[in-house]
Amino acid sequence: MPLAACHDCDLLCRIAAVPEGGRALCGRCGGVLRRRQRNSIERTLALTIAASVLFAVANVFPFLSFEMRGRITETTLATGVVDLWDQGVGEIAVLVGFTAIVAPLVQLALLLYVLLPVHLGRVPWQMPRLFRLLRHVQPWSMMEVFLVGILVAVTKLVDMAEVVPGLALWAFGGLIVVLAGALASLDPEAVWERIEVRR
Amino acid sequence: MTAAAQAGSALAADCTPCHDCGLLCRLPAHGAAAPLCPRCGAEVHARKPRSLERTWAWWTAAAICYLPANLLPIMKVTSLGRGQADTIMSGVVYLLVHGMWPLAIVVFTASVFVPLLKLLILLGLLLSVHRRSSWRPVDRTRLYRITEAIGRWSMVDIFVVTILVALVRLGNLATVEAQTGAVFFGAVVVLTMLAAESFDPRLIWDRSEGKPT
Repeated sequence: MPLAACHDCDLLCRIAAVPEGGRALCGRCGGVLRRRQRNSIERTLALTIAASVLFAVANVFPFLSFEMRGRITETTLATGVVDLWDQGVGEIAVLVGFTAIVAPLVQLALLLYVLLPVHLGRVPWQMPRLFRLLRHVQPWSMMEVFLVGILVAVTKLVDMAEVVPGLALWAFGGLIVVLAGALASLDPEAVWERIEVRR
Repeated sequence: MTAAAQAGSALAADCTPCHDCGLLCRLPAHGAAAPLCPRCGAEVHARKPRSLERTWAWWTAAAICYLPANLLPIMKVTSLGRGQADTIMSGVVYLLVHGMWPLAIVVFTASVFVPLLKLLILLGLLLSVHRRSSWRPVDRTRLYRITEAIGRWSMVDIFVVTILVALVRLGNLATVEAQTGAVFFGAVVVLTMLAAESFDPRLIWDRSEGKPT
């Protein structure tokens, strides 16, 4: 039986074969040692492709339009960031731009870059380094938090004026579900195993 | 390594899981340079390097920003010439007064409760490791995992300000401007996330039973 150590408490554990869809937990602290998914690579790849399409839609089209006394303003993700920059709060503009646009974009790009060649039986260039980068970008990709932000903002505005959800908002909602699915079905250990065979 | 390894730990067996890919790697003799993980090439450390020092540094910076984040206005709403500055708390009160209490609870939890909870949990964990406490290591590890998972949700208010700024720009009719409080608030979120990332939960276990060496 293979040995593994718990990331949270360092206990050395023997892992029996983990069934597909199952997981191995640390016997001392309950940390997850390994989570196995059925067809992990293919499933994650499919969901990532779907997420990339939705991401493009969510960024190109306006997600809300706002009408007050006959005047209409529309906003996309990027215009919100630019407006913050223009108001002199560049720190916030950078933070929002990074967590709502750049980090999700990098995350999706890396998933595609690593998983597509692996699925086709090749090892992508610089794969270990880039696969590691993916793990570090993940905590900063906050699209689901952004969606809650939209909800709160809209509720505050409904008294004042008419707020119309745009195409991007629906894409956004779908994107969050699909991306969560992609990340839940990703089993890094399976990716490493497939690559090890190729080398 | 200053911490004494607990029996059954990977460290006691002179190996450690790679922090990036999880592969169990062998540790070199004392004093040798950090080896690279044979599978993914990351530097392998038995414990996150200088974990306590870095966590304290991020924690202190976050604690300093916490007060201005909550006291200074995060945005200013100007409507028909009348301006009104909003702090985090006044935003929550606004939602409550207008009968949107489910949303008020969401915003209060994400913006006031979560950052404070994170700061307190991290302080407690840091102190417990320094005191070599043996108090409920399983529960402390669980607290750490909670801290790691909830941190991102504090960003909600920053996103709300962004959306309001982008949507409400109707010249004299109504505008929304972001204020300095938002900068401090964003800083608290980022700094507490970095503090949680720097903390190594394995220290809880090393010190709970191990003797100092």
